[in-house]
Amino acid sequence: MSCTAAELLAVMASRQLRDDTTVFAGVGIPLLAAALAQQRHAPRLTMVIEGGIVGPRIEPGRLPISTNEMRAGRLAQMLPGITDVFLLAQRGFLDVGFMGGAQIDEHGNVNTTVIGEYERPKVRLPGTGGANDIASLCREVIIVTPHERRRFVKRVDFVTSPGWLDGDGSRERAGLRFGGVSRVVTTLGLLGFDPETRRMRVEALHPGVTLEQIQASTGFPLGRAERLETTGPPAADELEILRALDPDRRFIG
Amino acid sequence: MALVREILRQRRRRLTLVRNLTCTEGELMMVAGCVDRVVTAWMSIGLPWGVSRVMREHVESGRVYLEEWSHLALGLRLRAGAMGVPFLPALTMVGSDLGVTTGLRTVQDPYTGETLAAVPALFPDVALLHVHRADRFGNCQIDGYPHMDADIARAAATVLVTAEEIVPEEETRRHPDRTVIPGFAVDALVHVPWGSFPHECYGLYEADFEHFGEYTAAIVERGMAAVEEYLDLYVTRPATFADYLDRFGGARLARQRRFARELTS
Repeated sequence: MSCTAAELLAVMASRQLRDDTTVFAGVGIPLLAAALAQQRHAPRLTMVIEGGIVGPRIEPGRLPISTNEMRAGRLAQMLPGITDVFLLAQRGFLDVGFMGGAQIDEHGNVNTTVIGEYERPKVRLPGTGGANDIASLCREVIIVTPHERRRFVKRVDFVTSPGWLDGDGSRERAGLRFGGVSRVVTTLGLLGFDPETRRMRVEALHPGVTLEQIQASTGFPLGRAERLETTGPPAADELEILRALDPDRRFIG
Repeated sequence: MALVREILRQRRRRLTLVRNLTCTEGELMMVAGCVDRVVTAWMSIGLPWGVSRVMREHVESGRVYLEEWSHLALGLRLRAGAMGVPFLPALTMVGSDLGVTTGLRTVQDPYTGETLAAVPALFPDVALLHVHRADRFGNCQIDGYPHMDADIARAAATVLVTAEEIVPEEETRRHPDRTVIPGFAVDALVHVPWGSFPHECYGLYEADFEHFGEYTAAIVERGMAAVEEYLDLYVTRPATFADYLDRFGGARLARQRRFARELTS
């Protein structure tokens, strides 16, 4: 079954989520991925949205476009407010945080602030929102992004959201007590980080993608896991659920 | 929006705007020349409309300085203000470049020696808030998303509130658990139904996404001139807030009310 790049990302991201866990999901592909997981294999997954929402029910055809509007909080379990929803993460209640970004580097640091200098930006991006908090405070962070060479750079222009910083324990030394980026889900494969150096490495390729292709789309040398897996293609029921959630194809393309 | 409109109409200058999610109101203030600094976690209209062109033009040219804090850090800045303490310890924003550009300092835990972010309190000069209902003493109740409003009201020196509804004191007293801002924190209260339109008021009206679509499409077409035209049409020309709402029309308002009811029922 053929699918769009956005559908592929949502499916692969949803498979990362386990039942009985909590996930910080931004609007767009992350929230779709969480909703898909909830409907398919993780019925007791609790979505948390940074506008201050715990446990909403996402209504098919009425996907939220912002993190703090009524659609995002539909039939939620709790509306604690923005500060307090992040304090739940600081207390250690959030298992997984999904995030994307304009740039991501070899240590999983993410930039959503500026291209160029902060004081004199070439391109000013919208900014962190809660991404910095999610990267700092969730027990595990999963980056979900299209795999493009201009995004995968050796060092981000600006560390909006800390990954492993410079590797070698620098994250812990900076005062970040737990968490870190575990996975990078892209349109080409699944990547992770070497447990010693905390440098990015390929762990699985999507069907039909080669190691050469993923390296050519990355601006720094990628390691590879000892056992390189191949992901299963999106199944018909995964795509059906996604398309029912987003019938106007506003987010799935 | 009623309060923002008045600031725009008066063309106030050199303001610092603090808002964790900055949207059209920030764009309008930039183009009207009201702000030279925006303290925020995120600024644009919303995902479907991409990165704000107005924000890019003003920040990239250096006309407006955008001071970026994370959601939690900005929330804790206001909470520290609300608590009347100079800073709050936190585990966020350390290690990142945001910690560098904001000048965030760290503090040592006096008990364990561990390092924590020391998020500085923020005490706004003026708070602009819109609530669902308030009584004549200014006791305010908010439905749905609390956002950061209760902290903002406590942290600010002067608090201006618009309310969808002014209710008798007896009603506040019947549901005191729903009061989130005490009247003594409020300096001025105005009855303004639809006071946050075209933005949402939880349960009462949904944000008018179609309106934002038209607004951003005009900016794509005509750049900042489109925002000037918008200011003229929605701020300068309507003499009263009722005239402003007439620009949207009763049918539009009724539709947004229906959407809100569907979403919260």
